[in-house]
Amino acid sequence: MFSFCADPETLGTFRWFSCYLTNGVHMSFYLSFVKVLVLLAVTAPVALSFGFVGAMAARSHFPPLSWLGKGYIAIVRGVPDIAFFLFFVIALDQAFEWTRHQILCPDWTDPIRQGNDFLVCPSAKLPLGSAPEWVHETYGFFLAVITFAIVFGAFAANVLFGGMRAVPHAQLETAAAYGMSRRQTFWRVLVPQMWVYALPGLSNLWMVLIKATPLLFLLGIEDIVYWARELGGTKTSQFTAYPHGDWRMWYFLFLLLFYLGMTRVSEIGLERLMRRLSRGQATAAGELLRKETTA
Amino acid sequence: MKNLILTTAVLAMSAGMAMAQTVRMGTEGAYPPYNFINDAGEVDGFERELGDELCKRAELTCEWVKNDWDSIIPNLVSGNYDTIIAGMSITDERDEVIDFTQNYIPPAASAFVAASEGVDLSGGVIAAQTATIQAGYVAESGATLVEFATPEETIAAVRNGEADAVFADKDYLVPLVAESNNELMFVGDDVPLGGGVGMGLRESDGELREKFDVAITSMKEDGTLNELIRKWFGEDATIYE
Repeated sequence: MFSFCADPETLGTFRWFSCYLTNGVHMSFYLSFVKVLVLLAVTAPVALSFGFVGAMAARSHFPPLSWLGKGYIAIVRGVPDIAFFLFFVIALDQAFEWTRHQILCPDWTDPIRQGNDFLVCPSAKLPLGSAPEWVHETYGFFLAVITFAIVFGAFAANVLFGGMRAVPHAQLETAAAYGMSRRQTFWRVLVPQMWVYALPGLSNLWMVLIKATPLLFLLGIEDIVYWARELGGTKTSQFTAYPHGDWRMWYFLFLLLFYLGMTRVSEIGLERLMRRLSRGQATAAGELLRKETTA
Repeated sequence: MKNLILTTAVLAMSAGMAMAQTVRMGTEGAYPPYNFINDAGEVDGFERELGDELCKRAELTCEWVKNDWDSIIPNLVSGNYDTIIAGMSITDERDEVIDFTQNYIPPAASAFVAASEGVDLSGGVIAAQTATIQAGYVAESGATLVEFATPEETIAAVRNGEADAVFADKDYLVPLVAESNNELMFVGDDVPLGGGVGMGLRESDGELREKFDVAITSMKEDGTLNELIRKWFGEDATIYE
């Protein structure tokens, strides 16, 4: 990074650290923070939409749809995250490859399962074996988003389901009295009012999601915890220009600060959102806001 | 016109398929000098240099992939990469699940490292990395085995007193002991373990294994492999006759 970094052994403490903290591995470390933030930014809305669809299905008046929604919520909430991540991602990947195999290689005669091996024709591999590494990483990231969205979508579905039930029944009856159809009642009366009841539960989920990101490493994505462990490990002078002892504690301390910072920022953001959603609602918080503005 | 575009697209795709297959090389990246992540953030070490040379000789395009040690075999058989080149000793148990090339490092010694002399190696608490031949050896020796996911943690366990000694490949331990300011030392006798280190491949990938076997043989014959071993493991390392 800096020109004086050519020979780290001659450097003073401050310069040594400025070189050490800007070398290639540390850049990967910083990049992994971006990865985690992008994952959160993408997963949260996707999981929320999974949850919304799940909740809609669960309260449907058409029994099979309702069973589907309730089954999704019950099964995914009941399976431990780590089991889900280990099993589901490999299964999802193999399902994609199997489908592509059936379409792209109809003349392939060898069995797909040979002992322990899972073999599809080369053109059905996902991503293709010849694809550059970033394609593989993006694909892994995409699998991670889907898996996180399915897991957290089930919890969100349950929260939204509860939120929808918490909306006072009189509101819905009034809507019906005005001659609104079921669909109109849902979109115009129920949905705008349920968020305020769902938000505390959803904010919990958001916090859990932030802390669940280290599960990424199970999916082969090098996240911040992986790099902290790797960078903090003992380094001997034979293999690096920056030898040091076991510094994992300092790296993990830094992660602690990062996670606490994320929590604080989220708290502030969620508080604002809650205030915004309470405006004009027939709840205690909404009433308080009304008094504040009229007083 | 539409047809023309379609034909070109099909041609382009089939040309892409005819291209040489990329071989993805899976490694752990946490076991110097075998494999580690260098300051630039790339895979480096004995196996990086060896693997690149083998691919050149076998005329393959290779790409390096990092994977956790714990799941390195499952990810190979499910096809996420095509080879394991991660200091993996050839053992019968592993051979049942995957196939190995001939060894590219002759059977080498494993050793005990402790924080003080006079540690009870047969009855004490010994740290080793999960799913290694060393862990298997300790479990059978009568000592209490504590397993860790990474080699780094096994060393840390000895430093903080959680384990009396660590048992690992001697080549991995030598640089650590040398730079520990006498805090760590070799204890007991070296133990020869395993059938050497080889590349792991899927059992159904006989053709690829053949190619790498030929390349390893040629490196053994012209002496480049011995040179490489000396370069990374020191002058005293075990080499091929």
